[in-house]
Amino acid sequence: MNKKNKIKIVVNGKHLTVNLKFSLKNLIEKLKTPINKVAIELNEEIVDKKKLNKIFLKNRDKIEIVHFIGGG
Amino acid sequence: MKIDILKIANKKFKSRLIVGTGKYKSMKECAKAIKISGAEIVTVAVRRVNIVDKSKPLLMDYIDPKKITYLPNTAGCFNSKDALRTLRLAREIGGWKLVKLEVLGDKKNLFPDMIETLKSTEVLTKEGFKVMVYCNDDPLMCKRLENSGASAIMPLAAPIGSGLGIQNKTNIKILRHQTKVPLIIDAGIGQASDAVEAMELGCDAVLINTAIAQAKKPLQMAEAMKYGVISGRKSFLSGRIISKFAGSPSTPKKGLI
Repeated sequence: MNKKNKIKIVVNGKHLTVNLKFSLKNLIEKLKTPINKVAIELNEEIVDKKKLNKIFLKNRDKIEIVHFIGGG
Repeated sequence: MKIDILKIANKKFKSRLIVGTGKYKSMKECAKAIKISGAEIVTVAVRRVNIVDKSKPLLMDYIDPKKITYLPNTAGCFNSKDALRTLRLAREIGGWKLVKLEVLGDKKNLFPDMIETLKSTEVLTKEGFKVMVYCNDDPLMCKRLENSGASAIMPLAAPIGSGLGIQNKTNIKILRHQTKVPLIIDAGIGQASDAVEAMELGCDAVLINTAIAQAKKPLQMAEAMKYGVISGRKSFLSGRIISKFAGSPSTPKKGLI
């Protein structure tokens, strides 16, 4: 594996290494996230879920994927 | 009898009991309690998806947001910035605009930070959110929230999860008198009689989580709260008798042998 072709990202506080030209759609598929039940932030900006395949990740990008849980 | 409808931000509800979905033993129990309580609105929180363990059950698999109105909250937010970020994300998950704003200022008692709460209400209202606001029972701050476009005023009865019941009835009465949007007791309810009392004071609804979820028998308590709210509401609407310090026989004296 050539390190040059890899980038490091942080998803929900966890470090991941992915290939260059890795899109948000690729990430969601990799994580098997149910897209209609979550919201996604890229570097603190909300991402339009319809455009995930057009957003390619960069080194050190921070992604947050959130959903609903029980709360008062 | 005329159907008694609760209207929040132009949405109509028959139930005046809103329940929280936290602190239950399981999602199954939570879903059952909601069903028994008859609640049509439930509060939910926004948190990170567990990207390591994907086997964890999802709330949406147990409580269908098409049947029950999800009210996303900002629990755990201690400033306006975090609260706004949380609710914008909640809206993104599924288009929710009806939200519960809760900006805390005191980690021990979980009292709201009213300055941050007011600031957040103003911003959210401008962004098109319908904001139901957790607040203290101060009539002046509650009026300011209402003037900022809050869709419901939700004062605490006592600290969150304390189960102490309504501590300041006078303020709740004053709030009832001045509040034009729905007035909902949020936090502090401990038992069914507290829910009855809130409704008898003229509140439009009550929001209960801990008192149901942490009761020894949550499902039975859910039912007790359901009837407590119905009972208190009907009592309020019925026009109670004037209390007096003398006895008055219920049985006529005429015909007494």
